[in-house]
Amino acid sequence: MKTILKAALGGAFLFVLAQFAPAQDKPSDPQIAHIAYTAGVIDIEAAKLAISKSKNTEVVEFAQSMVKDHEAVNVQALDLVKKLNVTPEDNPTSQALTKAAEEKRAELGKLEGAAFDKAYIDNEVAYHKQVNDALQTLLIPSAENAELKSLLETGLKLFQGHQQHAEHVAASLK
Amino acid sequence: MTTRALNRRVFLAAGAVVLASGGRSRAHNGTIHVSIENLAFVPANIEAAVGDRIEWTNRDPFDHTATVKGGWDIVIPAGQVATRIVQAGDTVEYYCRFHPNMTGTIKVR
Repeated sequence: MKTILKAALGGAFLFVLAQFAPAQDKPSDPQIAHIAYTAGVIDIEAAKLAISKSKNTEVVEFAQSMVKDHEAVNVQALDLVKKLNVTPEDNPTSQALTKAAEEKRAELGKLEGAAFDKAYIDNEVAYHKQVNDALQTLLIPSAENAELKSLLETGLKLFQGHQQHAEHVAASLK
Repeated sequence: MTTRALNRRVFLAAGAVVLASGGRSRAHNGTIHVSIENLAFVPANIEAAVGDRIEWTNRDPFDHTATVKGGWDIVIPAGQVATRIVQAGDTVEYYCRFHPNMTGTIKVR
């Protein structure tokens, strides 16, 4: 069941990204900014749910670091779009990401204790992996502005760190 | 006694106190600066002597740690500085607990 859910979520994300597959449909900088910001907000909301539900110190500490890091990088993103005078533009990818995340949160909300911890951390591993793949294959190559590209590259390093952190926590839950 | 001779005696006495307190506060110990920027320890690999002070300056807006697996763990909050006085057993690999892709080494010479 879990595998099916994970596959469904992964599938949704890939489907979302596939919308950009043709080269001429690559996202614009205002869309990339919106996607990156939305991806951060989604992880912050998942982390807040974990902080309120989990009793596991390691899981709570992980979630707290997700809130702090993603808020910090989103502050940098907002500062940058302000400086560049760019208005982040909502788009189907951001909308689909938000929809998939709402469904995932509802699913996590029904779980308790160790089952919640495992589902949350497994999703963090999968989610960061998907965001990192998207950054590497689509968002960073599509970014036109050098400063936006650079911030996305910092984001990639940060989220690769989060993925490894989540993998460490996942290993300790077993 | 001249002022100069007195100063010399005070200086020697201070030196004796420093020696008596052992290697941790040797008068000639140094500080090794490691900057944390853009999710990396710079420089990543350092050499140090026992009693040297390692000073990590976190220039990122993210909290980091210098953590040795099964050993010490130093939190370096965003924009802040944290230090460690090098001990004999500090030839180690360390990493950031929050971002394990950030790694560094210390070699005690």
